[in-house]
Amino acid sequence: MENKSTLLKLSILGLLLSGLLLFFFASNKSESYTDLATLNCHCPPGFKLNEDNKCMAKNLYQQYDSPNNQGVGGLQTGLPEGRDGFSPQEIDLGRYLFFDPILSIDGSMSCATCHEPSKGFSDGLPTSIGKDNLKLDRAAPTLWNVGYLNRLFWDGRANSLEEQMATTLFSEVEMANTPENLLSTLNNIDNYRKLFAEAYPDRGKNDDIELDEIYKALSAFQTSLISLNSKYDQYAHGYHEALNEKEIEGMNVFRSFVARCAECHTPPLFTNQQFAVIGTPEPDGLPLDPGAEIPFGDKSMRGAFKVPTLRNIDLTAPYMHSGKFETLREAVEFYTKGRGHAVPEDEKLYIHWHIWEPQLSDYELDRLVDFLKTLNDESFMPKIPEALPSGLNLTFQQTLIP
Amino acid sequence: MKSTLFKIIGGLLLLALGVFLGRTLLSSSGESTVPMPSTLQYRNVGHSGDTTQVAQRKEFTGQIIEVKKGGSIQEAVKAANPGDLIRVFPGTYSENVYIDKDDISLQGVVIKGEWPTLDGQHKINDAFLYSGNGILIENFKIINYKGNGIMGQAGNNFVIRNNWIIDTGVYGIFPQFGKNGLIEHNVLSVIADAAIYVGMCDNIDVLHNEVFDSVAGIEIENSRHCLVENNYVHDNTGGLLAFITPGLPIKTAFDIIFRNNFVVNNNHPNFGAPGSTVASIPPGTGILIMAADDVIVENNIITGNKNTGITIVDLATGDPKANDPNSEGNPDRVVILDNIMFDNGNDPTGEIKAIMLTQMQTKGPDIFAYGGGTGSTIRDKNRYRTFGLGDYGPAQIEDTKDIKTMMLGAPVPPRSVTDQELGEITYYGVCAGCHALGTTLIGVDTQIIKDIYVDNPQGIVNYITKPLNLRDDYPEMPPQDYLSEEAKMAVANYILEMTN
Repeated sequence: MENKSTLLKLSILGLLLSGLLLFFFASNKSESYTDLATLNCHCPPGFKLNEDNKCMAKNLYQQYDSPNNQGVGGLQTGLPEGRDGFSPQEIDLGRYLFFDPILSIDGSMSCATCHEPSKGFSDGLPTSIGKDNLKLDRAAPTLWNVGYLNRLFWDGRANSLEEQMATTLFSEVEMANTPENLLSTLNNIDNYRKLFAEAYPDRGKNDDIELDEIYKALSAFQTSLISLNSKYDQYAHGYHEALNEKEIEGMNVFRSFVARCAECHTPPLFTNQQFAVIGTPEPDGLPLDPGAEIPFGDKSMRGAFKVPTLRNIDLTAPYMHSGKFETLREAVEFYTKGRGHAVPEDEKLYIHWHIWEPQLSDYELDRLVDFLKTLNDESFMPKIPEALPSGLNLTFQQTLIP
Repeated sequence: MKSTLFKIIGGLLLLALGVFLGRTLLSSSGESTVPMPSTLQYRNVGHSGDTTQVAQRKEFTGQIIEVKKGGSIQEAVKAANPGDLIRVFPGTYSENVYIDKDDISLQGVVIKGEWPTLDGQHKINDAFLYSGNGILIENFKIINYKGNGIMGQAGNNFVIRNNWIIDTGVYGIFPQFGKNGLIEHNVLSVIADAAIYVGMCDNIDVLHNEVFDSVAGIEIENSRHCLVENNYVHDNTGGLLAFITPGLPIKTAFDIIFRNNFVVNNNHPNFGAPGSTVASIPPGTGILIMAADDVIVENNIITGNKNTGITIVDLATGDPKANDPNSEGNPDRVVILDNIMFDNGNDPTGEIKAIMLTQMQTKGPDIFAYGGGTGSTIRDKNRYRTFGLGDYGPAQIEDTKDIKTMMLGAPVPPRSVTDQELGEITYYGVCAGCHALGTTLIGVDTQIIKDIYVDNPQGIVNYITKPLNLRDDYPEMPPQDYLSEEAKMAVANYILEMTN
């Protein structure tokens, strides 16, 4: 009996102790939680802080001119006008928002769900998965160098990152939030109130978070995703040993007027930012995607898509707007299988004039793949937050990038 | 008697010896008079305006690299440094030569009618591909390629001349994204698109070329400030073209002069690739102006083109299948000055035939205009048989004799960045991936580097070229040997001078 009461006393003590311990650790955790409220005051790599606390883009392509300021040309051509001038704090706030699933209606999806850093800021899927595991119509495009693009989405329906994200945040099939709900959610999280006040010091410290601030911070972070230091870039800047013989052969196929890859995937961004109807097949069971025909209301653009960049293309399989091709080899082979060979019989598409019959050999296709892999560069990979201001968990299995 | 005979025999022997010596010695020395490459020279500097003669730009101080039969032109390019001259002797070279360096001159040496010949054997894509500035390519015979004879990508200040190009696939000579270039004295035939295609370029002269048996003779597309003069353009599907192709990143074409050309009998059946823009050019097209602005057509001899002498159309008419809201599709302010035109339109085809039939005519006109466009003028409308020129007023100019060239007075200078700027873009564009001042990222704090290498930029240069792993608590630094020597020194100095 006495033994029993001792046991009881001991277990009560144990419970108390473990409760204390739990409290101690929990409060410790919340301490690190509040630590978040200091945003990075350094610019991300690729940017220099100026006197006005703005991060200005700096890269080796600034040595070069660009014909008619379009940012398209050859090896030593300047970039098109891009977006910079965000503060380090805005960029860092954008980083937290980007990874935080609190932005979706049910806390299940963040931007990074479909734009995962370790997957070239894409998701490795043929087409992305939206709310409630709904399979969407198109593949998630990479976000590397997205600050240089003047049109967003495969069909080019958004003219700015802000416009793009407003669509995604509030699309019923994607993050499915509403402006009202998003604002009330964020304004109810002290961490975010503090972070926004820090990133936007010109407004009242206790003012509510506004939509434009969310858009701006997310844009700021996305424009910091710079990939311009690949092996190819080393070659372009004059170090010809950066590419091996096979990769150079591939580059020459890429830019020749037989394969014509560089005519649309023009350096230095590897896109000329135009629309093209190339007539790729849809995965089984999917109807033809009308593409830019819809937003532009133009029949001649049926099946047209914005020319995507090829930087880090090796990391973003599968390929094309609906992920029909699993490998780069299949993707490049498409271009030599005949003009319009995959267009459904009942469709009349205005196939782009550069799609023709180049009769590339297997050897040349292999070399093209070799070359495309030289466009990999993740040296400016941002850090994934260790904890999120909302207290939610990251939406993807974090894989460490060496 | 004997001595006379001896003298005669001796004389004959001497004569024979002389002939032998003359043949062997003099003939072999004949090829050493090949002129210096012309990238080192510059037109219209120090000369009166009525010549295409060139003036020396700078002394030739480079090396001369010779390529003989059996050798490789590409190997010579790899060995060459900016300013060098590569001389290629007669022989057949089946290769793709790419030039990603500035100021390289490639000069064929033609000996007794034997040309250095690049033969693509219908298997190799391009004969010459260049991206450098200041490239010269002259005196080559180029045959049987799949893509191009000579293609340039964003190279300025180029000279392409005296080349003989047959059946090189899509284009014969194709500079793209180039500024300030000269294409002259080339002979091109059997090209499935444009024999000479100036695409998205500025300030280009196309002079004294012969182009024939091709789909398009000379095509100026989405380019500005071009002079096309003294060319013999015959037996193509279409002769001279100035137009805008929609959907390209550079969207305008204007300030183009077609002057003193022969545009004759361009009636070749169209063998352009299906889907290509030129595949829709009707045979019998002398000059085609589509959507381009400020085109002047002056003093050409335009005869025997069976569809029309000159066709002027907007994009909606000429290329209705590719819409581009950012391309303005009307040909505005076209100026037709005096031209010799007869015998055009004898056998019109397609839309022009149908339209002419509505006019009760079976012949195509000398000049045919259709669709939008404003401000166009013509000097003497009554000379020609015309259609659609009702709103063309009288030309405000008589000639363009004051315009000698569209090239620039001096080469486009390379964009110059100061050492300080080069240091800055190298630091933030490359080093900042691992280093920052006042904080530790992947590599050490930049302040530590500053402290170690005070007044010793060369020390930084040496280290980044071949890093040694000095600290166990940091990952090994990859060598930055790909940076140019200037960039390495510039960034070393930049780091040492950083204050925040």
